[in-house]
Amino acid sequence: MKKRVVLTFPKQTIEEPITYHLIRDYDLMVNILSAKVAPNEEGRMVIELSGQKEMLHNGIEYLKGLGVTTQSLAQDVIWDEQKCIHCTACIPLCPSHALSVDRTQMLVSFNSDRCIVCGLCLKTCPYHAIEIRF
Amino acid sequence: MPKTIAEINERIKKGDAVVVTAEEIIDIVDKKGVEQAAKDVDVVTTATFGPMCSSGFYFNFGHSKPRIRAQKVWLNNVPAYGGLAAVDAYLGATELPEDDPTNTIYPGAFKYGGAHIIEELVSGKDVRLKAISYGTDCYPGKEVETIINLNDMNEAVLFNPRNAYQNYNVGVNCSDRVIYTYMGVLQPRMGNANYSSAGQLSPLLNDPLYLTIGIGTRIFLGGGIGYVVWNGTQHNPCALRGENKVPKRGAGTLAVLGDLKQMSPNWLRGVSMTGYGVSLAVGIGVPIPILNEEICRFTAVRDAEIYAPVIDYSTTYPQRESDVITEVNYSQLKSGKIIVNGKDIPTGGLSSYAKAREISGILKEWIQKGDFILTDKVASLPSSDSGISLKPLRETTPQ
Ligand code: SF4
Ligand code: SF4
Repeated sequence: MKKRVVLTFPKQTIEEPITYHLIRDYDLMVNILSAKVAPNEEGRMVIELSGQKEMLHNGIEYLKGLGVTTQSLAQDVIWDEQKCIHCTACIPLCPSHALSVDRTQMLVSFNSDRCIVCGLCLKTCPYHAIEIRF
Repeated sequence: MPKTIAEINERIKKGDAVVVTAEEIIDIVDKKGVEQAAKDVDVVTTATFGPMCSSGFYFNFGHSKPRIRAQKVWLNNVPAYGGLAAVDAYLGATELPEDDPTNTIYPGAFKYGGAHIIEELVSGKDVRLKAISYGTDCYPGKEVETIINLNDMNEAVLFNPRNAYQNYNVGVNCSDRVIYTYMGVLQPRMGNANYSSAGQLSPLLNDPLYLTIGIGTRIFLGGGIGYVVWNGTQHNPCALRGENKVPKRGAGTLAVLGDLKQMSPNWLRGVSMTGYGVSLAVGIGVPIPILNEEICRFTAVRDAEIYAPVIDYSTTYPQRESDVITEVNYSQLKSGKIIVNGKDIPTGGLSSYAKAREISGILKEWIQKGDFILTDKVASLPSSDSGISLKPLRETTPQ
C-alpha cells in the first residue's frame, strides 16, 4: 500500500531521525517528494510511504505522537483538462516533468505519479487549470 | 492569372473552394511550388488564441422604470465605464473588482475581473448589474440593481482596440528574484523564456504587409463572426523586418469587433496573471484569399523564418530601454528550449498553438461548407511605407 502525506513540523526542532524510524521500526519505504525545513520555522515535507497497511497506520500515528501534523495527499494536484488551453506556460517550471508537452500536437498532459507537489505550477497557470486539493 | 475575391466567393458558394490552413500551405508550396499552389489554393486560414489585454465589450442594458442615466455602472462589482448614453456601458477585460487586493499581498492572484465576466456571460450565466446616478428630470432614477444575462441585453458587442499582435517579445528575467509580469512568471537568471505568438499560424505573420487583411475583413472572433474595424492601437508597421518582410519585433495590430451573443467560452477565456492582473484570451481566425503568388508565398512562411526579440523584463522592459538580448525563431521556441549566451533556457508559451490550430481548422470548415463568405477590405491598414512610428509619452510639468 502507498500513501502520500504532507507533514507539517512544529517550530522547535524534532530531535528524532524520523525517516530512520519509519524505515527501521515500521518497515516502510520513504520517498521524499518535497521538503522545506528551516530552523525556527514551521517545516513542510511531502513524502510517499509504502509498506503494509497496518505499519503505514502505525507509522503515521508515530509521527502524530511527535507533534507532526499529517495530511493525506490522496488527491494532490488536480489538472483540469477542460480548463487547460495548452499554452505550455507551466512546462518550464515543472521540475519533475509531471506536466509535459507532446511537441507535434503541442498538447499538454499531466502525469500525477510524477508530481512532487511543489506547487510551482499553481501561480503560473493563468487559466485556473491547476489546483491543489487535500 | 490572379484571382479575385468575387471569384473565390463563387467557388465557396458552390462548395468548390480549395481551403487549407496556414500550416498545410507550407507543405503544398514545398511540393508544388508557389506558382502552382497559388493557382490551386483559394483560401488559407490563419488563427491565434492568447491573452489580449486590450479587449472588452459595450452593451445596452435597457431602460429601468423609472429611467436612469447610469453614471457609474458595475457588473458583479467590477466597474464598467458609464460615460456613454443613459444605459450604455463598456466593460474592459482588465478591470478588477472594487475590493480586489491587487498586489497588496504580493504577488496578487487576480482571480477575477472584466474578462471573467465576459467568459461567464458567453457561458449563459447571470451577472449582477448595479448602476447609480444623480437623477435628472428625464431620468429620475438614482440607483438600480438587478440580475442580467446576455439575452437580456439589447446589444452586447465585443470591441477590442488591440488584438492579434503581429509578432511579440520573448520575456526573460536577468535579475536574481522571481518576477511576475504580463509575460507570466519569470524565474531568476533566465530560468525560463516565455513567448506569445502562434508563429506560422498567426494572422498578421501570414500577411506581413497587410495586402488582404484590412478594414472590413470578416473573421472568426471568439467563436462567432466579427470584423477587422481599424488598425489596432500601437500599430507599428515600420518595425524592423527581415528579408522576407516578416516583422522581427511587435509590429501591426488589429482592432476587431463582433456580436458577443454569438461567441463561446471556448474561445473567450478569462486570464489571471499572478502579480500582474486580468486579461482575456481571445480566439481569432482570419482567412487570407490567395489572389496571387506573392500572397501565397507570404502564407507559406514557417516558424523557422519568423524571429522574435528576447527582452529582459526585470530591467530593460520596465525602464523602456530597448536592448534586445538576442533573436530566436519560433521553431526554436516551440522545441521547448532556446540557447541564450550559451545557456539552455526552457521555453513556455502564453498563446496556445493547439487552440490556434483548432481555430484554423474550424474556419476552414466554415468556408468549405459555404457558411463563411470572404469580404474585400474597404480600406487598407497603414503598412511599412506609412512612416508611422510609435511615440513614447512626452512627460512635461503641467503649468
Ligand atoms: S506541483 Fe506542479 S510544478 Fe510541481 S511537480 Fe506537480 S505538476 Fe509539476
Ligand atoms: S499553464 Fe495552465 S493552461 Fe497552460 S498548459 Fe499549463 S495547465 Fe494548461
